[in-house]
Amino acid sequence: MKSQSIIEIKNLSYRYEKDTVLENINISVPNGSFLAIVGPNGSGKSTLLKLILGLLKPQKGEIHLFGQDISKFKDWQQIGYVSQKANSFNTGFPATVFEVVSSGLTKKLGLFRFFQKEHTQKVHEALEAVGMRKFSNRNIGELSGGQQQRVFIARALVSEPKLLILDEPTVGVDAENVNSFYHMLADLNRQRGITLLLVTHDIGTISDKVTHVACLNKHLHFHGETSEFEKHRSEGMSEFYGTDVHLLSHHHDHGGVYK
Amino acid sequence: MIQGIFQYEFLQNAFLTGILIGFLAPLLGVFIVVRRLSLIADALSHVTLAGIAASLLLEKYFVALSGLNPLYLGMVFSVGGSLFIEKLRGVYKHYQELAIPIILSGGIGLGVIFISLADGFNTDLYSYLFGSVSAVSRTDLWVIFVISIVVVITVILLYKELFLLSFDEEHAKASGIAAKSIHFIFIIMVALVIAASMRIVGIMLVSSLMTLPVAASIRIAKGFKQTIFLSIVFGEIAVLGGLFSSYYLDLAPGGTIVMIAVAILVFTIVYKKIMIKNHVSQGGAAG
Repeated sequence: MKSQSIIEIKNLSYRYEKDTVLENINISVPNGSFLAIVGPNGSGKSTLLKLILGLLKPQKGEIHLFGQDISKFKDWQQIGYVSQKANSFNTGFPATVFEVVSSGLTKKLGLFRFFQKEHTQKVHEALEAVGMRKFSNRNIGELSGGQQQRVFIARALVSEPKLLILDEPTVGVDAENVNSFYHMLADLNRQRGITLLLVTHDIGTISDKVTHVACLNKHLHFHGETSEFEKHRSEGMSEFYGTDVHLLSHHHDHGGVYK
Repeated sequence: MIQGIFQYEFLQNAFLTGILIGFLAPLLGVFIVVRRLSLIADALSHVTLAGIAASLLLEKYFVALSGLNPLYLGMVFSVGGSLFIEKLRGVYKHYQELAIPIILSGGIGLGVIFISLADGFNTDLYSYLFGSVSAVSRTDLWVIFVISIVVVITVILLYKELFLLSFDEEHAKASGIAAKSIHFIFIIMVALVIAASMRIVGIMLVSSLMTLPVAASIRIAKGFKQTIFLSIVFGEIAVLGGLFSSYYLDLAPGGTIVMIAVAILVFTIVYKKIMIKNHVSQGGAAG
């Protein structure tokens, strides 16, 4: 059982002082799946991600990564993370796309080790995977938001993770490019077998790309395969979110309202 | 003057030191500028002034210390100041830039007290403030040479960590890079290079040698390595051109070096403007 799940979360609860943000969450992410965790603003999505990334410690319940309890898990190289903040970096930074993606190898290479030919190859492959190979020598600041986000995904991919976690990756991506962006993610999942975990408030555009959906609003309101989700959805959204459904209704403002 | 360099030891010292700091200051300057730490260089240079003043004061009252090179105490103060800045940035987490004016004014305050105790300015101090072609000793040159070797090796060894830390501090920390230690090593290098550079450009202008060549290079460079390369080229042009003109025109080199750096900066801004204009008009013609 455990060996099949990349992430296994059991009875997880978390509170900041008096506010309970997550209560009794159970999620399992099977190897090779593409899971979208959907929830309105303040639903505990970010807290859940921080817990999975080991930035916060579970107060109640368990998290297993690659079959290992998170407190003992050391192999963080297996996990690539693209933060929401990736697109709020200093756009005037004088670095080429190639240099940015190379920086994803920093930890893997380790101290006092230099970049070799084989690494150049890896950077090009990662850029190829996100469709940005031909922008390799452009300065990162010259690209559009969506292109920059692809570069950051390449930076996460270059160290060859088995699991890629993305926090609201389409913030800052032009509306007309969102679809092709998700398409690229789906390709990473299907063709390269990378397990994807994506956090978003926007289920509309993505539901035909993901294999699993989890609806979060402090509690887990739904967790299962996408087909199951669609069936439930046609019967009305409110059962997933209770009272907070209105927050989702104005989806895709892409103005940074959802942080 | 070319003959002069071979003839006079003081000119050899000045030019060799100049070549070294024309390399070092912009090299570290690139990281300083992209990390938006430009003012730290200013704060540290003023702390260095306090160290120099302290050294000159000690020299006056303790004959035994008269051979002490003020550079050493300047470095001690500069490194001490850099540690203080880091401490203060931790104290004022939400107002990190506060650390800079605190250290800067503290440095000047202390420096002024030492200067008054030593009965005011003398020519020696003047050369520390604005640089000098004639004041660089052979010992200074050797000390700066050793610093150069240490800094260059450290930057090469830590290049990918420094790059990641500069580009995306959050990501650097999240991926488990020893961000704190690397930042610490970096800031100590900055402190040492500032103390080393002030012999040539002077305390008042030392930070400009770290920022102006970078400001120029960032306008036109492609990528990070090229930014470093061009910054160093501009830094060397400014230092060598500044030293030559300073010698011929009998001006303090700090002034001539900085003005050449400013000229390069203006040139790159104009150049970039023209390039963009041409690009736009060509694009317009094609479209």
